[in-house]
Amino acid sequence: MTMQPATLIPPLLALALAPLLLGVINRTKAVFAGRRGQPLLQTYFDIWKLLHRGAVYSRTTTWVFRAGPVVGLACALVATALVPLGGVAAPLWFPGDLFLLVYLLAVMRFFTVLAALDTGSSFEGMGASREVWFSALAEPALLLALVAVARPTGSVSLSQILAGLTADQWVHAGIGFALVVGALIIVLLAENARIPVDDPNTHLELTMIHEVMVLDHSGPDFAFILYGAALKLWVLGAVLVGVMLPVHTGSAWLDMLVALAGMLGLAVIVGIVESSMARLRLLRVPQLLVSASALAVLALILAMR
Amino acid sequence: MFPVLFGLGIWMLSGLAALFARRSPRTATACGVGGAVAGSIVALVPVLGVLAGGHVEPLRWPWAVPCGEFHIALDALSAWFLLPILILSAAAAVYGGEYLWPYRERKSLGPPWFFYNVLVASMALVVLVRNGVLFLVAWEVMALSSFFLVTFEDEKESVREAGWTYLVATHLGTAFLLAMFVLMGREAGSLDFDAFGAAAFAPALANLLFVLAVVGFGTKAGFMPLHVWLPEAHPAAPSHVSAIMSGVMIKTGIYGLIRTLMILGTPPLWWGWLLIGIGLTSGIVGVLFALAQRDLKRTLAYSSVENIGIIALGLGLGTLGASMHSGALTALGFGGALLHVLNHALFKGLLFLGAGAVAHGTGSRDMDRLGGLLKRMPLAGAAFLVGAAAISGLPPFNGFVSEFLIYFGAFKGAVSLPASGAVPMLAVIAGLALIGGLAAACFTRAFGMVFLGEPRSDEARHAHEPGLAMRLPMWILAGGCVLVGMGAPLVWGVVTRAFGVAEEYRALAAEPLSWIVIGSALFLALVGALVVLRRELLSGRVVGQSATWGCGYARPTARIQYTATSFSQPITSQFESLLGTCASVTPPDGYFPRHSAVASETLDACAEKIYRPAFTLLDRALSRLRWLQHGTVQLYVLYIALTLLALLVWKLG
Amino acid sequence: MSVDSILILVALTNLMLLAYSRLGASIRVTAAQGILLGLLPLVASPHAGWHAALIAVGSMALKGVVFPRLMFRALREAKVQREIEPFVGYNVSLLIGVAALAVSIWIGQQLPVPGATISSLVVPVAMFSILVGLFLIISRKKAVNQVLGFLVLENGVYTFGVGLIQHTSLLVELGVLLDVFVAVFVMGIIIFHISREFDHIDTDALSSLKD
Repeated sequence: MTMQPATLIPPLLALALAPLLLGVINRTKAVFAGRRGQPLLQTYFDIWKLLHRGAVYSRTTTWVFRAGPVVGLACALVATALVPLGGVAAPLWFPGDLFLLVYLLAVMRFFTVLAALDTGSSFEGMGASREVWFSALAEPALLLALVAVARPTGSVSLSQILAGLTADQWVHAGIGFALVVGALIIVLLAENARIPVDDPNTHLELTMIHEVMVLDHSGPDFAFILYGAALKLWVLGAVLVGVMLPVHTGSAWLDMLVALAGMLGLAVIVGIVESSMARLRLLRVPQLLVSASALAVLALILAMR
Repeated sequence: MFPVLFGLGIWMLSGLAALFARRSPRTATACGVGGAVAGSIVALVPVLGVLAGGHVEPLRWPWAVPCGEFHIALDALSAWFLLPILILSAAAAVYGGEYLWPYRERKSLGPPWFFYNVLVASMALVVLVRNGVLFLVAWEVMALSSFFLVTFEDEKESVREAGWTYLVATHLGTAFLLAMFVLMGREAGSLDFDAFGAAAFAPALANLLFVLAVVGFGTKAGFMPLHVWLPEAHPAAPSHVSAIMSGVMIKTGIYGLIRTLMILGTPPLWWGWLLIGIGLTSGIVGVLFALAQRDLKRTLAYSSVENIGIIALGLGLGTLGASMHSGALTALGFGGALLHVLNHALFKGLLFLGAGAVAHGTGSRDMDRLGGLLKRMPLAGAAFLVGAAAISGLPPFNGFVSEFLIYFGAFKGAVSLPASGAVPMLAVIAGLALIGGLAAACFTRAFGMVFLGEPRSDEARHAHEPGLAMRLPMWILAGGCVLVGMGAPLVWGVVTRAFGVAEEYRALAAEPLSWIVIGSALFLALVGALVVLRRELLSGRVVGQSATWGCGYARPTARIQYTATSFSQPITSQFESLLGTCASVTPPDGYFPRHSAVASETLDACAEKIYRPAFTLLDRALSRLRWLQHGTVQLYVLYIALTLLALLVWKLG
Repeated sequence: MSVDSILILVALTNLMLLAYSRLGASIRVTAAQGILLGLLPLVASPHAGWHAALIAVGSMALKGVVFPRLMFRALREAKVQREIEPFVGYNVSLLIGVAALAVSIWIGQQLPVPGATISSLVVPVAMFSILVGLFLIISRKKAVNQVLGFLVLENGVYTFGVGLIQHTSLLVELGVLLDVFVAVFVMGIIIFHISREFDHIDTDALSSLKD
């Protein structure tokens, strides 16, 4: 299990292109709303601008508030090293790596929540309270869906699972795979604070989860949060694309191109979902996440039959 | 074996010394703390030796008690359970020295130190003895000494009640163990554990013995629904005692269960299913109750039930593996469970000590009245944060390692086994994920509400940092959490070698664990780099201070913060029928409302819905016999004489 | 579209019925389920002859168009609120549904079936529909929902019929269909009358009749 230089491609692509996904989503939404919309690279500009600003801290906060964005970004960075893309294995791949991935995202959440609670703001407390509840339901759905994907391949490492999937299996298992994809999409939307679970756009605190938790962050801290969120979207998106498009053409370049196209396509899909759906009532969100688990279990039952 | 005996001697003698030095609190404390630490260090030597692969000759002394024999041995299992007992007991003793000191004016410090050291000695004895009678004696001494420690503050009504609940529960458990040992002894012809191991039990008898062990040991360990004493007794005890009760004493139940499994041989499938079922119930319901509590120590006590659930999941996995003859599953399941025993001792000990520091510094344990303590007690708070992250199973700390082993075993099973075998694996994965998510909710809540934000009361505003004797043990335990997390492959190597796990199964988890350590190291390095980067970016720029952004509201107060109750409300309201939270609400009234209030309390559902009605019924039935009790001594002697006579007639007739 | 996909979609519609909170949506899902099941015999044996096609089209029309219309009309006339008001919450219902599916699969493996089935999913999905139908009848308050539960139950029986005894199913199916038709009709009338008497259609309130 020596590290090959090629395995550095997926994380490098993630680092470079993750903010682009947000741009594509926003552009899609703008098109649907009949606007011209922001430049595709707006997120890069935002991050750059924020990195060069000063910051304001609440007198209530402690070092935990300052640690939140740093730890969050570090988690997201390590997570990019765990996810393969386009048939190229991740630099950190080993049996059971998906648990490290899931738990790194949990560390990110843990510290974001603590940073939110550190401000003593009732709004941020509200967001934190919702975040921990919804993510507790999303985690089983994600893991069950991954087991359902792993079962036909018999592998226990994310890179091997996604490498082991073939288009044939897709056709053969058909609807079972579709169910897994459905579950994964729900988890992706919930974990990345997108509609219909959360609204990334409004700054109306009462309706939000993730945005309201980072209300008090500013300057470089907020840049870290923004970049970390983009990376998280990329990481979960890469898993989803790996499951949706198990293309092995034989040409590494072509595979990578297909995967990248898949990532952009996914961003467009998210944009379409956001343009065409309303945010769910908060009481309904747990139901959506339990449904994701139910879909994954259904897929598993079919796979085991 | 002699260092162990020597350690036992030190504990007992120093305990006695503390008892006799009751007049002088200083001497009593010195004897108690010194003895506990010295005994632990002495006994640690052979324990580490055995874990490193050494061998210690068992010890047999004939004994006058019928069927009894002083037979103690130190094998890998005993050593593994002794390790946390020794570490945590020594750390908690140092802490307790300072913690109990303020009580010296009102109470004698001799008895608590006597019982503390007796408790430590009896816990050590429980995992060492190899004879049924001796085991029960040690078990009973452990129960009684901890009972006296729980009722340390016996002037409080609630503490006395908690003590009684504990006493009744633990004796009911012991009754099942007594039955188990009697049945085993009848079959094996001796009460010696070696004889048990050599005996072949018929399947029906083995099943019965297993159920007795699950109920008997499960009561001590805190399996749901046998856990009722736990959330009462742990908060009532002084914090250093809560730490060892929650951290190691309940693990003696797990030890007993594993020892019984070893004695009973190849298990049938349903044992594994039962343990997994127990694990899921204890884990999920335990953490939900933890989320519904306002008392910090009650939260921690329920979280112990949850962690015992995780251990039971690991045991269930291992048992399934053993009955399916799958070495990988056995190694990963039991390995994960054993590692979690150590890990839970480290972080739960740490958290209880932290809760004690909070109670010590503020005089309150009600999370709705605390807040902002990290500024007032930064060192204790940081240690508590390490414990909170570790217990939520987050890398790079130790909790992740043991949960990973269980996940990994279940995942391997779910991917490769046929449907009937894969279903329990899926249950383990989904259950563990849910428990992990809820535990993270529980401990962000505990840390966030107690240590972050603005203080919600005057007590919290005037909190003070504990002294060095209380901080040092917390930091040692926090260091242990990091050490086991970052040294996971090493620890795994030690465990597997001590238990003689085949090389092929050892390698199975060794490789992912080393990669996890690499990932964790990368993570820590990145955190360091980002901290430096952030400092560079901010240097020379304007860094302002202001009030928390309240969406335009300029005068925030501490009272507008989210409280512990409101933080968990979305979760608890979903499980209202299970938790049975009762709330009393005084709504604001009139145009200029003056007073309004909300109070809620979550009692234990099992205690309220199962045990209380059952015991009321029992009480009613037994009260019919009250006429027997007159208070006249002569009549009692008459009863005894009549009974003896009747027995004699029965035996001779 | 293969037989398996249809059956899985039927299972999915069952899960949706457990999770949905709106009466209107539930009626539409049940209609979709009816249409899917109508397609089943056509997909399973494309060369079965005109009378099989006729029965399929007939049942699709009945379950997909006529029943929903009747029920929507009952809703309108009885001015029923759109929420379902379950005895058992939606999340728990979903989990019970998943468990019921697992049990159905197990039953499907254990149950000896005479002759060949068109798919190994027939028995599980049929059992699942029957269980879900029963569960809906038990766990929901509104009378409309109980009609829906009854329909789902019938769909289960129909799945059995199509999957197992393809060629002699005509008579059986006709009989069952007629039963259900009458049932829906009668229920519609009853719903209307209950709501006129009590101003709502909670069957809960019927228990007051016993006093």
